[in-house]
Amino acid sequence: MIFPAVKTIVRRDLLLALRRRSDVATALLFFVIVASLFPLGVGAEPNLLRAIAPGVIWVAALLSSMLSLGRLFAADHADGTLEQMLLGAAPLGVVVSAKTLAHWLVSGLPLVLIAPLIALQYDVEAGLYGVLALSLLLGTPVLSIIGAIGAALTLGLRGGGVLLSLLVLPLYVPVLILGAGSVEMVAAGLSAEGQLLLLGAMLIVAAAFAPWATAAALRISLE
Amino acid sequence: MLEATELECERGGRTLFRGLSFALAAGELLRVGGPNGSGKTSLLRILCGLLTPGGGEVRWKGAPIRGLREDYSRELLYLGHAPAVKDDLTPLENLDVACRLVGMQAHQEALTWALNAFAVPDLPVRKLSQGQRRRAALARLLLSESVALWLLDEPFAALDIAAASYTEELIGRHLAAGGSVVYTTHQPAAIDALARVVQL
Repeated sequence: MIFPAVKTIVRRDLLLALRRRSDVATALLFFVIVASLFPLGVGAEPNLLRAIAPGVIWVAALLSSMLSLGRLFAADHADGTLEQMLLGAAPLGVVVSAKTLAHWLVSGLPLVLIAPLIALQYDVEAGLYGVLALSLLLGTPVLSIIGAIGAALTLGLRGGGVLLSLLVLPLYVPVLILGAGSVEMVAAGLSAEGQLLLLGAMLIVAAAFAPWATAAALRISLE
Repeated sequence: MLEATELECERGGRTLFRGLSFALAAGELLRVGGPNGSGKTSLLRILCGLLTPGGGEVRWKGAPIRGLREDYSRELLYLGHAPAVKDDLTPLENLDVACRLVGMQAHQEALTWALNAFAVPDLPVRKLSQGQRRRAALARLLLSESVALWLLDEPFAALDIAAASYTEELIGRHLAAGGSVVYTTHQPAAIDALARVVQL
């Protein structure tokens, strides 16, 4: 009952994303543009750029991931398909996990893939690309999973977008610190194992528990 | 089968109804009547468990639906105000997803047959009219004969006479097969004669 439901929802959401490519492109372009504005703004001092690169790329990824959160449930809420999912055969937590997975595949994974390219602008050492991509690979799913709670809580509210960022951004702080920190550790010649393991642990804990909080929030929002 | 006791509903600080009780047996038809804003949709949403009543409870085969969750969902079909079809998918893809979500593995031929029975064109839903969207949603009825309880919110809205009478025929068939149906409508329909009425 669980696996077919996950497959159905992920396939549906990916198909919808494929038919509305502009929505996906917007969030990705936002990431590229924000990350490209910094070198233009702070000047072409290579040492400075190298120092700020991990933080800037991570903050841009965080903002871009938040930008697409509003879409996670809003469209399904508006056309009534979300109600049908609540009345489906699979537990709501499973539905939420599947939707979050699809959301990450569409909005998080492209960031992971494009981040090394962005790092080029900051003259980041080639040895850091790996840890940057790995930290984003572990961190961006956490952003989607935690963000889903906020998206469910603010569903159907007027001006929900701003409230969503106020709710969710503080919760992103640990991920940001660990993610950017792991790249800085490697840049300083140390091991980033600790940060990456912690990010992985956060991912596991969030994936196990947050969907049920999201499900509870959705039930409240749909009343 | 379905039993509502002392239901109470409050929306936006206003009490819509209070002390509403009724029971629905297998093969029975219930029409929820009342003017706009009297709480018909809220009642249907309470009956399918999407909305928690302000007081009272709904029981399915003797057990409160709050505790049943998915076990109850599997035995009901709710077609709400919104047709629940995605604009960017075709009616076939929509119906396929809807069936899979309730755990039903419908064959492609069965899906196509249901959509043809309602004469839904094979275009993205965005290009369909209101009535055609409604038809695309109602096609699920043809694949849900084994689902015990149908809760239909304004099933005849935006439908032409042929589609409305076909829907009535399907409801009649479902009742004859021992299913139960609760519906709301503002348009007079032939099946109203078979229905018991709850007036809000």
